[in-house]
Amino acid sequence: MSGEQQHIAATDTHPACYHCGDACDDRDIAIGDKYFCCNGCKTVYELLAEKDLCDYYVLDDARRGKTPLDSGFSHRYDYLDDPTVIAQLLDFSDGDRRMATFRIPSMHCSSCIWLIERLGALNAGVIAARVNFPRKEAAITWNATQVSLREIVILLASIGYEPYISLQDVAEKRTLASNRSLYYRIGVAGFAFGNIMLLSFPEYLAHEGTMDPVFVTVFRTLNVLLSLPVFFYSASQFYASAWAGIRQKYLNIDVPISLGILALFGRSMYEILSGTGAGYLDSFTGLIFFMLIGRIFQKKSYDALSFDRDFRSYFPLSVALRDNDGEHNVPLTRLSVGDRIVIRNQELVPADAVLLRGEANIDYSFVTGEADLIPKKSGDRIHAGGRQVGQAIELEVIKEIEQSYLTRLWNNDVFTKESHGRLHTMVDRISRHFTAVVLLIAFGAAAYWAFADPSLTYTVFTAVLIVACPCALALSSPFALGSAQRIFGNNDFYTKNTDTVETLARIDTIVFDKTGTLTRTRGGNVQWHGAPLDETQRSWLKSLLRQSTHTLSRQVFAALAGEITHAVEDYREVPGRGIEGRIDGRTITIGSAAWTRRTEAPALEDGRSAVYVAIDGAPIGHFSVPNLYRDGLEELARSLRSTYDIMILSGDSDREADRLRTVFGDDVPMHFNQSPEDKLDFIQRLRDEGRQVLMVGDGLNDAGALKAATVGISVSEDINTFSPACDGILAADRFAVFPRLLAFSKRSVSIVKASFVISFAYNIIGLSFAVAGLLSPLVSAILMPVSSVSVVAFTTVTTRLMARRWGLR
Amino acid sequence: MYVMFVLIGFSLLVALIFLGVFIWAVRSGQYEDQYTPSVRALFDDEKRVHDTSDTSSKHDTQEHRSTD
Repeated sequence: MSGEQQHIAATDTHPACYHCGDACDDRDIAIGDKYFCCNGCKTVYELLAEKDLCDYYVLDDARRGKTPLDSGFSHRYDYLDDPTVIAQLLDFSDGDRRMATFRIPSMHCSSCIWLIERLGALNAGVIAARVNFPRKEAAITWNATQVSLREIVILLASIGYEPYISLQDVAEKRTLASNRSLYYRIGVAGFAFGNIMLLSFPEYLAHEGTMDPVFVTVFRTLNVLLSLPVFFYSASQFYASAWAGIRQKYLNIDVPISLGILALFGRSMYEILSGTGAGYLDSFTGLIFFMLIGRIFQKKSYDALSFDRDFRSYFPLSVALRDNDGEHNVPLTRLSVGDRIVIRNQELVPADAVLLRGEANIDYSFVTGEADLIPKKSGDRIHAGGRQVGQAIELEVIKEIEQSYLTRLWNNDVFTKESHGRLHTMVDRISRHFTAVVLLIAFGAAAYWAFADPSLTYTVFTAVLIVACPCALALSSPFALGSAQRIFGNNDFYTKNTDTVETLARIDTIVFDKTGTLTRTRGGNVQWHGAPLDETQRSWLKSLLRQSTHTLSRQVFAALAGEITHAVEDYREVPGRGIEGRIDGRTITIGSAAWTRRTEAPALEDGRSAVYVAIDGAPIGHFSVPNLYRDGLEELARSLRSTYDIMILSGDSDREADRLRTVFGDDVPMHFNQSPEDKLDFIQRLRDEGRQVLMVGDGLNDAGALKAATVGISVSEDINTFSPACDGILAADRFAVFPRLLAFSKRSVSIVKASFVISFAYNIIGLSFAVAGLLSPLVSAILMPVSSVSVVAFTTVTTRLMARRWGLR
Repeated sequence: MYVMFVLIGFSLLVALIFLGVFIWAVRSGQYEDQYTPSVRALFDDEKRVHDTSDTSSKHDTQEHRSTD
């Protein structure tokens, strides 16, 4: 796993690991001229070499293998022998054949696909393995008499591809939104559209009455037959959606569309069956075909990402339970109050519990965002979501998982209520008035013709409904916002759907979480440059640094090993310069180059600050400290401040307040020590004030706030790991581009509005034909595709041009 | 002129075959993963022959060529 986190460049003294590519500490672990960073990597190599699978290393040497997890597999996956768990994980079982789909987040290149699909070479019990790379999934089929589910998982983990099995996946089998039925509908509509157009041509081109009546009858009959599956099958979801809208007393865009479809099809049928005309079946099928393509364009989804994860994705699937028979793993779902559980190093506490035995150091960064370890002693209460660091501890569960401190958050209304106060989309709001206006015109025109020429009443009425069918309107927003969504994706900002793009444009308030959002969660270590420090010097420095609350002081303090044994006298701190104090009669100075009277400053890597140290005025070296805040934060703050109200919400203490004020300005409201529920309530209050709130957060502790906000965006340093439920995921290294992305969402909405104007223009032209009683099938056959195609072309082309002008990828 | 009907019949038949092929393509999952097969196709050009065994190609139409 370390291969992903820190990719250290190989040098002469540190050769690159043949398996994972990381720099090796020494040359101890080697086979011939191939060096390995750890025994795990060497084991994988040996395994692959034995089975003649070394092509793995030739295929794609960009990143190579993954370091497998060290020992302890066998115990960890005991719960996979549990029949109920197996039943939940299997896709199907047939005789001895079993099939299951595993999520493997660590697959990252073509070599990974190659190796996983050759799993059968490593274990004869595996019948087939098939990777879906965009989803980072592998479907594995095996023979149950030769190998068990648990052994398969261990095999995958032992070659560095540990499957991710979470409580959420087991509780609710991930139903992937399949587009298959939409593709079938498009196929049928396209087939009918092409053929009907061909069969309608002769009648358009021939002069009236010059065509053989047999041809006319045959062509019209074929057209009717071809259009039936389109009307009853391909278009059915428009009726369903319109009906759902009407039942909720809301006229959505599908209402006028369905009206148009019904008028178009009904009138065509009447004309053909009564022998009075050719009907508009080519326009009808073309319309359905184009609109279904719009739907598929809008449905762009990022398969490997998930926007609806809750705490269960973070929690382990099983926990070590201790009872009279000793220790064994049980699925988390069976954990109840009073159970005694054992939590090992780096494991999460799944439910609120009391510490019984062992030395607990709990990392609550999941829950509060506060990264410091909190020591606990026997009898103390430990909240769910805390991560133990250190030795194994024994706990007694005192609350159900769903009722624990962190997880209780998910019982809040925002999670249970469907579409909490979401805004209606622009198209929906327009279509409300649109439908009313169209009906008004249709009845008005019909009433006029009832007096002027009663024979045309019905013709004009249906013609208005046909021509006013807002297909161009319905297409403009999927294509414009869909293009914008793809441009966001190119810039590593992944939105859940196209509505998010539109809602982003309406944001007026932005709330940032601090830890993990404005600050980075990883990014290197504090390094010392200078003569090595002895133990006394370390303890001097540590004692002095303890006095300061400055970020850099705290970072160096945390990184420095040593005891605090010395009292500091004459301590003083000068903001922006440094600290000074006397220990054991020596003056120790820590701070900027000028403060420690250094003249020449050594070159620093990007994104690092230097903290200089002098003892009795003599410089002894400096610490190189990685920047705590993300790159481009100042720029981000500057560009957002003018357009939006910015607020900061942190679970951490207020020790960073001054630093944040210099970045965001003095007037930015900041709230510290916020619990996950406080954050949720805070966002909800802002929403109640009528604000459109964008919450930018990262961890589970922001989950409630992300959900309650108009738009919730989660910042992630590795987008393939899980993010809490949100509307968008932003790659952390693109943080500086974020203001431009927000501005771009506003532009995209302007483009949609412009395309509305175009489609209204077409509607007005069409309506003038219709009201005058002049809408022939030919006019309709030309007008409809032309309006749809021109709107689609306009929106996609302008969106892309706009993106290029704004310097987006 | 009624020979037209034969032509129309043929053209509809050809169109129907294409529709059938499209439905088969969707049903076999080709629209669900549009990336992995493109990578998989390149694996076939390796020099060494690997023992992927017949069972896997029975299961998946994409890999017919991979064993020889």
